[in-house]
Amino acid sequence: MLIYGLINSTVLALMALGFNLTFGISGVANFAYGAIYVVAGFLTWTFINQLGIPYALSAALTIVLIGIFGALIYRFIIKRIRGLIISEVIATFGISIIILEFLRYVGFIGFAYSLPVFINGSVEIFGAFVDIQRLLIIGFVIFLIAVLYLFTHYTKMGLAFRGIAQEEHTSLSLGINPDRIAGWSMGMGSALGAFAAIVILPLGTITVDSGYDVLINALSVCIVGGLGSTFGVIMASFIIGYAQTITATYVSSHWTMIVSLIAILIILAIKPSGLLGHQKELEERV
Amino acid sequence: MKENYRKERIARGIKARSDDIYALTSYKEIWYLLFPRLVPIVGIAIIAYFLPPYWKKVVITTCIFAMLSVSWDFLSSCGLLSLGQALFFGIGSYTAGSLNHFFHLPVYVTIPVATVVGGFLSTIILLPVIRLRGIYFAMVTLILPLMLMRLIEATKMLGGTEGLTGLSPFPNVWVEITFILAAMWAALFGLRRLIASDYGLIFVSIKDNDRATMASGINIYAFKAQALFIGSSICAFCGAFMTHSYQFTGMPVFAMEFSILPIAAAAIGGIGTLAGPLVGACILVPLSELLREFGTLRIVFYGFILVICVVALPEGIFHYASRKYNEMERQVRIE
Repeated sequence: MLIYGLINSTVLALMALGFNLTFGISGVANFAYGAIYVVAGFLTWTFINQLGIPYALSAALTIVLIGIFGALIYRFIIKRIRGLIISEVIATFGISIIILEFLRYVGFIGFAYSLPVFINGSVEIFGAFVDIQRLLIIGFVIFLIAVLYLFTHYTKMGLAFRGIAQEEHTSLSLGINPDRIAGWSMGMGSALGAFAAIVILPLGTITVDSGYDVLINALSVCIVGGLGSTFGVIMASFIIGYAQTITATYVSSHWTMIVSLIAILIILAIKPSGLLGHQKELEERV
Repeated sequence: MKENYRKERIARGIKARSDDIYALTSYKEIWYLLFPRLVPIVGIAIIAYFLPPYWKKVVITTCIFAMLSVSWDFLSSCGLLSLGQALFFGIGSYTAGSLNHFFHLPVYVTIPVATVVGGFLSTIILLPVIRLRGIYFAMVTLILPLMLMRLIEATKMLGGTEGLTGLSPFPNVWVEITFILAAMWAALFGLRRLIASDYGLIFVSIKDNDRATMASGINIYAFKAQALFIGSSICAFCGAFMTHSYQFTGMPVFAMEFSILPIAAAAIGGIGTLAGPLVGACILVPLSELLREFGTLRIVFYGFILVICVVALPEGIFHYASRKYNEMERQVRIE
């Protein structure tokens, strides 16, 4: 159970990272994140099964395409309504609905739609059998967090990311174009979502409803962890991940979603800015 | 040199006289004020009473969605951005449904009780998060109806996935239509009056600048809770009404459609006008009825409307229409 909790937590962290990146930097709550996740799954599936492109290449292609797609959404839709919170939420939510319900209409439902795992087989750790895929997820998350940390602290664009996250007007005066950087952050957030989809989806089938689930999970992890704080997100995903695993084991798997909600409510009641949120976020939230 | 013109807008004289001075001096001015209010009231009533039975149901659905979107707009003008009208709707629906199913109470008891209790329950549920602003509140309201759906599925309470069926209907369709039309206009004009009063001014000021409102010594959380109660009661009423109209309540009442269509209607009609969302709902619901054969593609269509309206026509129909009605436009040369 300890192992499964760990895996569940890392899956949650992976789902939330992309959402968190976009929100933390550009302040745009990307409600289309779940849709992007599902689209990435279907895109990879199409590349592999319809066009016969090898797996590694189609995965890479998907990540790049979804990244561009996210940046385009920013460029043509979000940019016009940036700063108007109601409009931002409605527009991204609308995009999410367009994508998900269209996929539902086209009929991407069924067990046929699943991605292959990277390496088949399972290993035994402390008496629990674990798929190698799940272990790989843990590896990927650690890798991704390291890359993100290095990127935001040591590259010019990463520093610009943090710049506009902290103080948009000052960074403007230092020659950083907030719109361009926000577009990049949206693109990267979407690409991370695609990456999460490719890594996580082989564990199950691709369904349209998982889009909403991913969005809910990402939201709850981000709210609990404190939006914009990467380490808060990791901490929160461990808390929620273990709580969910424990409920699933001892109560019923139906209750796992309710655990996230209770976590959100408790956190908001005690510490509205999240576990590791900053003062600025407190001001934005309450 | 090229001559540049700009458009100038001036309020019509009759608008200024009848709006600000409150001294109506002629039938013309009375008519000017009554015309935009009476025409839809009478028009919709006539249409509703003379349509064939199937379209009568559509009118009822339209009114329900119109009320949902008016209440969404009311909440958003109080700074409470809700993505989960389905939550309030569903709570009202389940309250009325279970009162009728388990206690066999008649319709004229369940609907008022469900309105008040539903509003009260929704407020209690959202009370812990009432301190949140903007996006954060939206996120929570988006999650809650989905969670409640899961909860009902998990605990199998209140009929579980099957729902409660065989609830008592209205005596006849005439009563039903009259009742919902009256409720819709009461909600619209009531909320408009409320927003325009001193009490409503506090709601608007919370939206505009909650910090300044707090600094003026107003307990904004108490007022937000009151706004939430008013808004969610209206939705709960809709839920209770729908339950008796279809004689059924179940998990579909928490469906995304009840959250998304009101927002789409408000986006078309013009956010912040209260009457605009009603106009939007009157366009969207019959249209979606015509598109019924496309199934879930309808929701895709709402999504497109949302995105296009928010990005390209942020103003909405109602703002445009009221500008045309109340103001003169003319070209002025720029010196």
